[in-house]
Amino acid sequence: MNGLNEKHKPPRDQAAIWVEDLTVAYQDKPVLWDVDLAIPKGVLMAIVGPNGAGKTTMIKAMLGLVDPVAGRVEVFGKPFREQRRLLGYVPQRTSVDWDFPTNVLDVVMMGRYGTLGWFRRPGKAEREKAMHALEKVAMDPYADRQISQLSGGQQQRVFLARALAQEAEVYLMDEPFQGVDATTERAIVDLLRELRKQGRTVVVVHHDLQTVPDYFDWVFLLNVRRIACGPVETFFTEENLRLAYGGRVAILGERKPIADDAKSL
Amino acid sequence: MQPQVEIQLIAAVVAVACALPGVFLVLRRMAMMSDAISHAILFGIVVAFLVVESLGSPFLVFGAALTGVLTVSMVEGLFKTRLVKEDAAIGLVFPVLFSIGVILISRFAGNVHLDIDAVLLGELAFAPFDRLMFNNHDLGPKALWVMGGILLLNIILIVLFFKELKLASFDEGLASALGFSPALIHYGLMSQVSLTAVGAFDAVGSILVVALMIGPPTSAYLLTDRLSRMLSISAAIGVISAVSGYWLAHWWDVNIAGSIATMIGLIFFLIYLFAPRRGVVALLRRRNYQRWHFAESMLAVHLLTHLGQPEEARECHRDEVHKHLNWQENHAKRVVRRALQDGYVHLDKDILRLTAIGKKLAGKAVVE
Ligand SMILES: Nc1ncnc2c1ncn2[C@@H]1O[C@H](COP(=O)(O)OP(=O)(O)O)[C@@H](O)[C@H]1O
Ligand SMILES: [Mg+2]
Repeated sequence: MNGLNEKHKPPRDQAAIWVEDLTVAYQDKPVLWDVDLAIPKGVLMAIVGPNGAGKTTMIKAMLGLVDPVAGRVEVFGKPFREQRRLLGYVPQRTSVDWDFPTNVLDVVMMGRYGTLGWFRRPGKAEREKAMHALEKVAMDPYADRQISQLSGGQQQRVFLARALAQEAEVYLMDEPFQGVDATTERAIVDLLRELRKQGRTVVVVHHDLQTVPDYFDWVFLLNVRRIACGPVETFFTEENLRLAYGGRVAILGERKPIADDAKSL
Repeated sequence: MQPQVEIQLIAAVVAVACALPGVFLVLRRMAMMSDAISHAILFGIVVAFLVVESLGSPFLVFGAALTGVLTVSMVEGLFKTRLVKEDAAIGLVFPVLFSIGVILISRFAGNVHLDIDAVLLGELAFAPFDRLMFNNHDLGPKALWVMGGILLLNIILIVLFFKELKLASFDEGLASALGFSPALIHYGLMSQVSLTAVGAFDAVGSILVVALMIGPPTSAYLLTDRLSRMLSISAAIGVISAVSGYWLAHWWDVNIAGSIATMIGLIFFLIYLFAPRRGVVALLRRRNYQRWHFAESMLAVHLLTHLGQPEEARECHRDEVHKHLNWQENHAKRVVRRALQDGYVHLDKDILRLTAIGKKLAGKAVVE
């Protein structure tokens, strides 16, 4: 299986993100174990795996938000610390306090803070970029809205707009489809496709297995260890899903009894 | 200046100096940390005092502030082991440091100006007697200079790092991903809180430090949706509490710091009740309005359903409609009265008929 994987691995300096031997542990418990991953430039990739598989941790490790015990992460051939400008981040919506006293435009402008650096304050240029990003997610009429008054789908759009305002090359998104309405889901999918068309690389933690082949062209199956990674048509297979989910999965709508020996792998 | 005026001025300056960093403590859900810091610094103050043997020295202020930062890192270190929860870690660390401070005072510093009463409630009334002298010129109370300096520093830091503080308080993950070290910002803020607590401690004691850091920002939070306004409203509430607390103490002849803390509590309570959008009264009103609005919508939908139908005279009769809606008769009467007042319906020989806006109301209710 690994041999097949190797074929789809882009050379190190051409990968948008290159992860080698990554091991992350909270206290003594390893959450990611010796993970290798090479994400080619320009793909729309889903990270798929059961709850607690380490998907969020994987995203955080790629952004330098958790310190790995071992291994390293490179972005376009350089350590991520030198490449922060190239990474856009959409955290899980529930990771922030939406009662924070601020409005929509202000949150989106935070996407520009990295380019501004310390001390410099956002001005007219940042405001314009933020408004433009809001238009992309059809949230511009809400620019002055207090963030506590947004619905779940609107909150998610605001987070996407903030990432767009970062004008990144690689976008890392943690469950952007979580708890959004059908309209927002459609809007997010369109946005992801547009980003891909512009040659950006998009990595999305995704929960809904049914929609993976429809929305994504690349898939990374993860459960503490790397299960498989590559084009959806080749690697999004029942067998790999069984390996990732440990035999308790209803795949693509059809519910099949799954052989016990899948677990022992 | 009159001592009276000086006391009020000191109280107001202390209030604003505490309220500003307090805003970020409240937003970062770290209110309890101000409690820990303001008590634990006693240890630092006493130790520094025993070393330099003077209460006014800047060495003492910075030395003691260091204890505050130490407290924070001890709490976090303990919490990180995952063997204790964060609130328990706070409850473990600061009483230990505080009581060591108390023991040191009674053992070694009992005969000086550091006594246990002053530790909790400060000695605002005596603050004007400790003057800053320069070449035999009286420059005013020392406490005013110390706290004025700290206030100025707090304002400068918050203005300078407004964007960083906002980002790190709202979304630590993004702050880190963008290269702003949240740990640096966190410890910067904690140093600021510690320094402010040490400065304010001598004048107002540790209880009032906590009240001033948490009370005004919590009140301001109920009044505004903007961070910058939350800062200025907190400062204003701090000043109002300080001055009104002073006069309360004056009239009742009681401890000034205690009165100021009481005023902070009172102001919070009033705002909690009467804040325009988030207050309890506004909330109840809104709920009441929604209840009636919903009932009126139901009535309107009912009338629309039978509009122009043969049964209309029966279904929409003012004295019959409650049966068909399955409502209490009294309730139905009140709803009809309101609907008439609001212009949703009019009476046509005791038959309820929808007006144009009534039809709109029914239409909207159906769509939703
Ligand atoms: N800060 C943390 N401290 C300790 N354990 C954590 C922490 N964050 C996550 N974990 C654990 O790490 C594992 C992986 O978590 P996560 O990356 O969030 O998984 P996923 O996003 O795939 O559901 C889980 O078992 C979780 O309980
Ligand atoms: Mg997750």
